[in-house]
Amino acid sequence: MLAELIRFGHVVLQTLTDVLPIALIIFGFQFLVIRRPLPHMKSVLIGFVYVLLGLALFLQGLEQALFPLGKLMASQLTDPAFIHGAAGAAKAALHWQDYKWVYLFAAAIGFATTIAEPSLIAVAIKAQAVSGGAISIWGLRIAVAIGVAIGIALGTFRIVTGTPLHYYIIVGYILVIVQTAYAPRMVVPLAYDSGGVTTSTVTVPLVTALGLGLAGTVPGRSELIDGFGLIAFASLFPMMTVMGYAQLSEWRARRAQSARPEDKPGG
Amino acid sequence: MAKQLLQLLASLRDSLRDLVPIIVVIGFFQLAVLRQPIPHLAAILSGTLMVVLGLSLFVRGLEMGLFPVGESMAYAFARKGSLFWLLAFAFALGFGTTVAEPALIAVAAEAAKIAAEGGVIVHDPAAMSRYAGGLRYTVALSVGCAIVLGVLRILKGWPLQYLIMGGYAGVVLMTLFAPKEIVGIAYDSGGVTTSTITVPLVTALGVGLASSIKGRNPLVDGFGLIALASLTPMIFVMGYGMLV
Repeated sequence: MLAELIRFGHVVLQTLTDVLPIALIIFGFQFLVIRRPLPHMKSVLIGFVYVLLGLALFLQGLEQALFPLGKLMASQLTDPAFIHGAAGAAKAALHWQDYKWVYLFAAAIGFATTIAEPSLIAVAIKAQAVSGGAISIWGLRIAVAIGVAIGIALGTFRIVTGTPLHYYIIVGYILVIVQTAYAPRMVVPLAYDSGGVTTSTVTVPLVTALGLGLAGTVPGRSELIDGFGLIAFASLFPMMTVMGYAQLSEWRARRAQSARPEDKPGG
Repeated sequence: MAKQLLQLLASLRDSLRDLVPIIVVIGFFQLAVLRQPIPHLAAILSGTLMVVLGLSLFVRGLEMGLFPVGESMAYAFARKGSLFWLLAFAFALGFGTTVAEPALIAVAAEAAKIAAEGGVIVHDPAAMSRYAGGLRYTVALSVGCAIVLGVLRILKGWPLQYLIMGGYAGVVLMTLFAPKEIVGIAYDSGGVTTSTITVPLVTALGVGLASSIKGRNPLVDGFGLIALASLTPMIFVMGYGMLV
């Protein structure tokens, strides 16, 4: 119990060093440049304490519960013994199809960790408020999570096959640009932002463990060259799925609108 | 009092719902695919409880602390009307939050190891920590520049997609010339720079600025700061890899 308390204190200190530069900049500019007290100072300070404690508890809990298990599973699933067993042949060369559980795990864990990502929750709350409810919190979060799932599954496929990272990224960029031309203008900046917010506290450690584990066990891959790049995939695909989500809702709204006159013939 | 308790319970329920997918995925793969028992069940249950509690507190603190601060500062700068101080604040926010970011410190250390093994720098701790430090400041500088550029964009009302397309062209161009070992790290560094505390603050700043300036739409003009902050590090890191 005492050891846990000490560890928790350590995490709080770590989070504090993360928050401190931000607090310094904010309060420095507030008092030296703006020279006006912050409105609702007391509740803002309480809010900062909540953020600090909440983040520390969150990280400590992840460290204790989810990360060890997730990392263990990543290494077990990429273990050649498990894959050989699933393939049914002990000596045969492994094909990319034999890694099906890895792809499925990559997609599932990408989706699940994105749903729990605190910074995405923050952006979704803002987006709903600003769009007057046209973009729903859950719609955005699920669209982003699907994008991360596709991205990470494709990223593990790339590690298994060993194709160069930048081909995928360049093709991805071209697709994003083409889609931008057709997507509703309102959603484009939000879609671009969701690429960057998906990958923070929850997703990065688990996904990095998966990438490095996979690159370490697939023959002919180097952990250094092939192990990285999953995060890049996870930031690329949400842009497409969020624009897709907006296109879908626009299309449904238009269809509902064009269906309405038929309901009231002669009206 | 009863109302507050009810609110707390509701936010705990929301956080628990956010975690259900992870629990299902890990449970399914552990029990059905790998067919192994779940180790240290007590530690996992208490850890999950902490995650739920932490997430609830974080979201509550977000709406009480980070969002109002970001917005009120955006309004204050808009009222003050000094472009210099607004841009100075934007740069400080981008640089200051990135340079201390733990994920970035980890990635920079990893990159130094790669560079040493690839023979780019001398394989000794001093050279490696110099390389990692240089990389960290490079990324922090790139994020500072990105926030400045993004704030300028909100003020001027430039469409985001042209900036992003220019950035993509820069990334592709740099990829052709950068050393192969740095490319993976550079691409990943774009994703890790924006931390859980930076994102809400920067988002609130952008949305606040866009709503306080006449003729700007908070949805179209307010978002996009994060996108720029994830793009510029890729270009700067590859540039760093070419220079060192």
